[in-house]
This record gives sequence, C-alpha cells and structure tokens, in this order.
Amino acid sequence: MHTLEAKIREAQAAGRTALIPYLPYGYPDREAFWKHAAALDAAGADVLEIGVPFSDPVADGPVVENAARAALAGGATLAALLHDLKERTFSCGLVLMGYLNPFLQYGFERLARDAAAAGVSGCIVPDLPLEEAAPFRAALEAEGLALITLVGQNTSVERMRLYAGHSKGYVYVVSVMGTTGGQGSLPVQVRDTLARARSVFSLPLALGFGLREPGQLDGIPEECRPEAAVFGSSLIRHLDAGGTAEDFLHVWRP
Amino acid sequence: MKNAYFGEFGGCFVPELLMPPLLEVEAAMETHLHDASFQAEYEDLLTNYAGRATPLTFCPALSRQLGFNLYLKREDLLHTGAHKVNNTLGQALLARRMGKTELVAETGAGQHGVATAAAAARLGMRCIIFMGAEDVRRQSSNVRRMRLLGAEVRAVESGTRTLKDAINEALRYWIAAQETTHYCFGTAAGPHPFPTLVREFQAVIGRETRQQMLALTGRLPDAVVAAVGGGSNAIGMFADFINEPSVRLVGVEAAGTGEPGCYNSAPLNLGTPGVLHGNRTMLLQTEDGQIEPSHSVSAGLDYPGVGPQHADLHKSGRATYGLINDAQALNAFQVLCRMEGILPALESSHALAYVLEHPEEFPGGGHVVVNLSGRGDKDMDIVREALHLD
Repeated sequence: MHTLEAKIREAQAAGRTALIPYLPYGYPDREAFWKHAAALDAAGADVLEIGVPFSDPVADGPVVENAARAALAGGATLAALLHDLKERTFSCGLVLMGYLNPFLQYGFERLARDAAAAGVSGCIVPDLPLEEAAPFRAALEAEGLALITLVGQNTSVERMRLYAGHSKGYVYVVSVMGTTGGQGSLPVQVRDTLARARSVFSLPLALGFGLREPGQLDGIPEECRPEAAVFGSSLIRHLDAGGTAEDFLHVWRP
Repeated sequence: MKNAYFGEFGGCFVPELLMPPLLEVEAAMETHLHDASFQAEYEDLLTNYAGRATPLTFCPALSRQLGFNLYLKREDLLHTGAHKVNNTLGQALLARRMGKTELVAETGAGQHGVATAAAAARLGMRCIIFMGAEDVRRQSSNVRRMRLLGAEVRAVESGTRTLKDAINEALRYWIAAQETTHYCFGTAAGPHPFPTLVREFQAVIGRETRQQMLALTGRLPDAVVAAVGGGSNAIGMFADFINEPSVRLVGVEAAGTGEPGCYNSAPLNLGTPGVLHGNRTMLLQTEDGQIEPSHSVSAGLDYPGVGPQHADLHKSGRATYGLINDAQALNAFQVLCRMEGILPALESSHALAYVLEHPEEFPGGGHVVVNLSGRGDKDMDIVREALHLD
C-alpha cells in the first residue's frame, strides 16, 4: 500500500475523517510557512499538501492565487522549497501541489529524485489530465511517488475507469464546478460524484474545493463518504484572520 | 484526442474539469466543420455580414521605395475592424450547433472581444468578455463598442492585468459555465483543439491571398509576412502556403521598447519551451517556470506565449520570425498613413515595419504580401500619446 493511502487508512481505522490541509509554500513568508506546517503536523494533519506557487493558477480562486502571488514576491521557488524540506521532518504524509510548468522547468526526473529525498510521497498537478500525464507519472513512480488523480462532477464513469488503472495514494474529488475557495454550500451533485468515484476506485477518496467545517459532509450517504477532507482557502482565510493551525484542525479533530 | 500536437508543441494541459468540454468541441469540429450546411451558413456570414473577400491592395509608392512589389491583405476592412471576426463567426456557429447559448472570450486589444460580441449579437447569444484592467484602460473605445453590442465586459485585476490574466479568468469562468457556454478562444493557441480550430477559421486569409496573387500576377508570392502575438492572423496567412516551399513565411514578434533586457512579446526569439494556458509552447518565463510579464505598444501582441504551431514552424525553420520594436512599429504606422492612405493597427504595423526595416531580405522585383490584420482606429489614443500629437 502506498504511504499516502496508508496515512488515510490509519485515520479511517481510528474512525475519523483524514485531514489534508493545503498551504502554499512561502506564504505568508518562508519562516511563517514552516511554523504553520509544523503546527498542522503536530495538530493531527494526516497529509500536508504543500502548494508550489505559480504565476498563473487557472484552477484556483482569488484566495489561493493571492497567497501564491505573495509567496512568489517573497522569493518562493520549488528549489528553495525542496531545500528547506530536506532539513525538516514530518509525521504526516507530504504532497506537492502545483501547476506543471515549474515542475517541467525543474526537470521531471530531478524533481522526483529530490522530492523523494526530501520525504515527499506524491504530487498533485491540476493542469495535467490523463492524456498528458504519462511522462510525469513515469518519472514520479520511478522514485515511488504517486501522481494523485483528480476527478469532478463532469468526470464520467468511463473517464474514471481510464484513470483508475494509473491511480495511487488517494483520489482527489473536486466538489464544485469551479475554482478553489468557494464559500457556498456543497452542490447536491457531489454525492453522485462521490458515488461514481466509489464504484470505480478502490483507493480512498479525498474531497476538496470549498470545504470549511465538518457539517458540510452531513447528508453524504455513509457508503460514499470521503475518507479524507482537503482544506486550502478556508485555512488561509483562518490564518489571515489571526487564527492558528491548531484551532483550525480542532474543529475537525476535537 | 487526435492530433493535439505540432511536433513537440501543443497538447491539452488543463484541469480535468475542462477535459469534457474540450473533447465536446473536438467532436463538434469533426461533425460540423466540413458539413455542407455549416459551410454554407459560414460562407454566407463571411461574405454578406463580415465583408469577405477582402482586397489584396498593391502599394505603388512603397513598392517603388522598397524595390519589390508590396501587397497588403486587407483584413482591416472586415466588419469589426480586424481578422478576428473570421474566427468568431465560425466558433459562434459551431457553438450554436453544440446547443450552447452563451459565448465567453478573453480579449487583449479588444478586437477579439468586439468580434465575439458582434457574432453573439448576430446569432442571438449571450456574451461575456474578460479583459485585463490595463487593456480596459488603454483600449477604452473597444470596451464601449463591446458594451454597445450587448456584451458584458469584466475587467480582470489579477496578475499583470493583461491578456494572459484575461485568459486565466475566462478559463475559470468556463469551468463553471461549460454546460451552456462555449469558450470562443481568440487566437491559435490554448489547449487542443483551439490551435487547430482557430487556424481552420483563419485559413481563409491565405486561401484568398493565393487566388488573388495568381489572378494578379500568375504566380505565388515570394513571401508572406504577418505579426505574431498568439499568432492567429499569421497562421491564417501561412496555413495555405506551408506546403509551398517557394513561399517564404515570415512572422514578426514585438520586441517591446527594444532596450537590452526590456519586457517584450517575443517568446519565439527570446523565450524557452514550457506549458501555459493548456499548451506546450515557447514562453517568456523565469528559470523557475514563472511566467514573465510581456510588453508591447500593441496590446494585441502583448502576450508571453505563442500558438504551438508557430513554435513548431520556428523550430523546424519552415517559418522565420523577426523582431520589431515599438518605435519601428510606430514609424511603419505613419509611413502607411502618409504613403498609401491606410491607417493600420499597431499589431499589423509590426508586420509592415519588418519589410521596411529589412527590404534586402526580399527579392528585387518580387512579390511580397503583408497581412494587414486590422485597422488602427482603436489605437488612436496610444499613437497620440506615443507620437506627442495634438
């Protein structure tokens, strides 16, 4: 079983939803980022998604985009992230989430090697659909890293099946037809998406985009409840308002 | 997906949520593009609404000065003022056949926005245009035109507040609105199938040029020259000549102010390969893969990427791509006004400037066609400021 799946299954065995916070590297600055990351780890995050800032994040809403822009202005680069990461240890699983171009410029094989050496277990690339994924996936898998599959409301069972043979770690289910950071309630269709994903994938499901508090998962039938919840924009808003990583996660893991 | 690549460039690097609508566009192209009734409807709009065929205008005064025969392909005379309408009418028709009721588009100079708004109005569709806040400021007359044509114009305040950011916002909007909305992409770039779709609708430029040159001179041109931002007018001019080795293909990129190290819009000459806006192409970017701001006095060329087929034509050497800076373009703008009585768009002025700056590259007594992709009325404020008129 892949490390990332194991992390989520551990939470599942303990009878709780696995927690996957997302924070862009270098936000609000390098030092504060690592302080928040360590606090999230200590407060019970099961997997930490570290955002690799990119100038043109088409799948993100304004909260993540602005955070990424601030991080870039502060000099956050993929090379600096991997350098910093090597000097730190985490008990949670680690995933890099970023757009393809910074990974491409760094070099796929070099990234896989350096990320594995820094303790990273997988990557999420929002602009890398199935049709374009093979070269990057091969480079990651050579180092034991997972390329996380993303599916959404408009991903048919047929397309999910195409992904299934290549998926490792967990499956990221995008809750909304939109970008990250929505503040509405989850659309009713999310149940159908989860049910479809459940019928196709044997991996744990992680629900993300627009998640803030556990009550949002109420009403999702038991058989398709996601094993994990991902938070990005809501966590950034919380930290921006002066909150701490501990009290953000406490709502989910009392 | 089929034929998503031009050599090593192109592809479809988008969020999974955009794959179904892109595959839907690809399927619709296969079903409708070569269908006789679609073709008839499109031809009718091009002829009786947009004003095709556009003339091929011989320039006697400039030809005497340059030592070869210079012709202008007059896309500036089209309805809405530029070649963009060739594409928007085609995509709007396709969208309607796909059952879509709304068009969303990005725009830089505003020409694609105006052409999309006109096509939407003509075909009874809703229209939303994303435009960088910086472009809204410098192309305000086009913003007014879009609004008069019934479009909703949304100013984009993120990033560099230009075309690149307008594309980001339009892609985001499309994720949410894909059920009812077609993304009427404005240039031969972006994710597959847009580079191919836009080229198909713009290829009329080169097809007409071929027929007109044969009728006028009995031979093909020695060279065709076009400005390249995203590259739709250039690929439209080139497409019909790519397999004619005797015809030189010259694209012209914007060099910005021309000072060493200045911001520019010349990814083919000065960029490196990377992935942006759904395709692998040449980009202005840092070593870390962050996209750099672009600059050109011409808003329509102000883009850090370029269509993937141009990246391939550049790499293979089939087309060559020159550089023209802001001052050279402004000079060509004035030359054409005074010598031929034509007020060109600043985009097209870059193409003209190339033949003015490098006449020795073209055969004496030969035949050279410059694609005059748009008219310059929209640029009056910029030109007035740059040339200190009034």
